[in-house]
Amino acid sequence: MTSYALKQRFSSIAVYVFLGVMAFLSIFPFLWMIIGATNSTSDIVKGKMSFGEALIVNATTFFTQVNAPLIFWNSAKVTIIATVLTLLISSLAGYGFEIFASRFRDKIYTLILLTLMIPFAALMIPLFMLMRDFHLINTHLAVVLPTVASAYIIFYFRQSTKAFPHELRDAARVDGLKEWQIFLLIYMPVMRSTYAAAFIIVFMTAWNSYLWPLIVLQSNDTKTITLVISSLGSAYYPDYGAVMIGTVLATIPTLFVFFAMQRQFVEGMLGSVK
Amino acid sequence: MSAISSRPPRPRFDVNGWLFVGPALALIATFMVFPVLHSLWMSFQTGLGVRLSFAGFKNIYRLFNDPLFFTALTNTFIFFLVQVPIMLTLALITAALLNSPDIRFRGVLRTAIFLPCVTSLVAYTVLFKSMFVANGLVNTTLIGLGIVDVGIPWMTDPFWCRTMIIIAITWRWTGYNMIFYLAAMQNIDRSVYEAARIDGVPTWARFLHLTVPMLKPVILFTTVTSTIGTLQLFDEVSTITGGGSAGGAAGPGNSALTLSLYIYNLTFKFAPNYGYAATVSYVIVFLVAILSFVQFYVARERKA
Repeated sequence: MTSYALKQRFSSIAVYVFLGVMAFLSIFPFLWMIIGATNSTSDIVKGKMSFGEALIVNATTFFTQVNAPLIFWNSAKVTIIATVLTLLISSLAGYGFEIFASRFRDKIYTLILLTLMIPFAALMIPLFMLMRDFHLINTHLAVVLPTVASAYIIFYFRQSTKAFPHELRDAARVDGLKEWQIFLLIYMPVMRSTYAAAFIIVFMTAWNSYLWPLIVLQSNDTKTITLVISSLGSAYYPDYGAVMIGTVLATIPTLFVFFAMQRQFVEGMLGSVK
Repeated sequence: MSAISSRPPRPRFDVNGWLFVGPALALIATFMVFPVLHSLWMSFQTGLGVRLSFAGFKNIYRLFNDPLFFTALTNTFIFFLVQVPIMLTLALITAALLNSPDIRFRGVLRTAIFLPCVTSLVAYTVLFKSMFVANGLVNTTLIGLGIVDVGIPWMTDPFWCRTMIIIAITWRWTGYNMIFYLAAMQNIDRSVYEAARIDGVPTWARFLHLTVPMLKPVILFTTVTSTIGTLQLFDEVSTITGGGSAGGAAGPGNSALTLSLYIYNLTFKFAPNYGYAATVSYVIVFLVAILSFVQFYVARERKA
């Protein structure tokens, strides 16, 4: 073996070691979570890395402390409403900005992109007061409303609409379809991979959202799973066994969506960078 | 972000266009533009709860004499200055290695490294907290490997508490940023690399002088989004320290008190002072604006 080939061999081993370590560290907390769900809190804080027998006890503790069906229903409700409304309203806007010209279009669009830079901290107090004036505190509508016109998703749809063949639209017009029919019957089916990628982003953001729900959802019967996990987990001596059950259950839906739609997701991100 | 359509502009006023963008515009005006202006107005007011009165620049004066504000500002900057470069460098290197065509198990490795970003910020924070407890997994592993003699005081020492938070955030977001780099790298013409390789340009030089310059727009994009994200850091520090719920100090010596957490505490934990909280929130607005501008400026200069 020449010294060059030897060097190549070493560097490719180093690459695999690096990537292997990265992959291992990325996956490890998931294993830790699953193993932790079967161990008692005293074993978890000792760092026990083997499956234990406390699964039933942990689950019992979790389900007695937390009204799980209600909490998960709340999370699901918020996520479904947010996802449907965001996809609809933001794709309408992304399509509208790309297809229709008007004198102020570019100025308004720039303004929308600028809102991406507004930190949520600068919005939360006025938003809270606004929701109080609308009598929407402790409602899931209040959680959803400020998120549905997402500048990020509008940007994403506008970028993707550039690839939408306008011959299709012209043909539909000749056939006498109205603008909303073109959007509903032609644009939406043609752009389904864009919708799929946006769906994953919006779904995960909504399911995992924390700060804004923490502010507007103050009664226990409206809380979502992230709020419950945070309040269980931020105690000085949390019952980690029970919390692990919660984190496993809270992670399953996003994992499922990710694996079910992984290909569209990566394609969608590719599309947004192009 | 080109705003120019490929087709010639249509009439000046198009009812259909406004119907399509109308709902989004109304919502953004109500839930973004109005609140951000409202909090600018509130930042010049003071008082408890909703009984606000005009205060002029009193809040800004208070800001400069508020040690807790400076603690929060310093912490936020530490997280930003240390965490963002580490994470983006790691993401860039990982993406470059994964992008080479003769790597086996690419798909599996990519999925594994991306997986952390499906977890909720709260859930992964709790997981990290449970791994970093005094005699927990991380410390026993480090002692077992002979790296340290006694356990590291992750939860009681300000330096280590911040380190733990930085490790946690890096775990959650490296794969996310890597995907952007990978996507951009796939658009780069392979023949450029081949030519450089045949000319005998070493791997690291190809990475530094070919890959990095061609990825400039994506690097800028990820830097700006990570900056905005880190300056707004809340979920992790709130969950890790209980600083958002218990009302006590956020971490040892307030080492995990970020600007967002401080604003939250000012609004919902301490005697609520919306006016002063709004002033602090505008500090973040200014930081985001200034840092984004600097980052755009730096990226533009080097293009020449």
